[in-house]
Amino acid sequence: MERVPILKIGDILLVSIQLDMSDQTAVQLQEDLAERIVDTGCHGVIIDITALDIVDSFVGRMLSTIASISKVLDAETVVVGMRPAVAITLVELGLSLNGIRTALNVERGMELIAAAHADELDYQLDDDPDAETASS
Amino acid sequence: MTAGIDLGQPQAQSVRSDEDVVRVRQLVRAVAVAVKLSLVDQTKVVTAASELARNTLVYGGGGSVEVTTVDNGRRKGVRIVFADSGPGIADLNLAMTDGYTSGGGLGLGLSGSRRLVDEFEIETSPETGTRITVTKWSR
Repeated sequence: MERVPILKIGDILLVSIQLDMSDQTAVQLQEDLAERIVDTGCHGVIIDITALDIVDSFVGRMLSTIASISKVLDAETVVVGMRPAVAITLVELGLSLNGIRTALNVERGMELIAAAHADELDYQLDDDPDAETASS
Repeated sequence: MTAGIDLGQPQAQSVRSDEDVVRVRQLVRAVAVAVKLSLVDQTKVVTAASELARNTLVYGGGGSVEVTTVDNGRRKGVRIVFADSGPGIADLNLAMTDGYTSGGGLGLGLSGSRRLVDEFEIETSPETGTRITVTKWSR
């Protein structure tokens, strides 16, 4: 079975799916990613599907599951690079990709994650009385 | 394997593992390209084939897929037959409903793939298993 490589770039894990995945490979990716999120403490996951010819219900479900797992592990997932034909087909198939953030490309995906993480830090600072006094 | 496809001959692929589902996708893609389906139509028929081949494997206990080209004089198309000798589908109407699944899936395989093709026929019985024929025509 082939495995999809996971790259760490700064605070982000980047997964670029370059092969026509078997279902088993897709499930393996889910597990590998969960482990890497915990090992690295990364706050963002970008899944680049530019090279995917199709996204069927199995891969769609895998993307949703990855997004949910990373959420629980304090990481934001953004799926980037979906081809127009794939988007059209997904909608007709009836797949809604619940809970998945998307961006057109890796760069915008990174901006989304940075913004989401900054919001979260602000929120934590607002919540923290020590931080208040330190800043005043 | 995509090279040198003889379009006059049906292309057969057995479905015994999830690697075979990948092969079915590649075979259908090659034939869809050969009959000059548009990119969106290629994507739709390959996606439908992926769903149905997975059903053949998961629910039918494996089976076979046959891909042929069709020509009605005006248009060309790709026709795919998915056959298994599994238990059949007990309640076809229910199985064709969006969101219904007897397994662990999303319940979009049958209903969703029907929307992605132009013709969709299904024969099923406990004795003979399930046979699904789909056709996608060029526009």
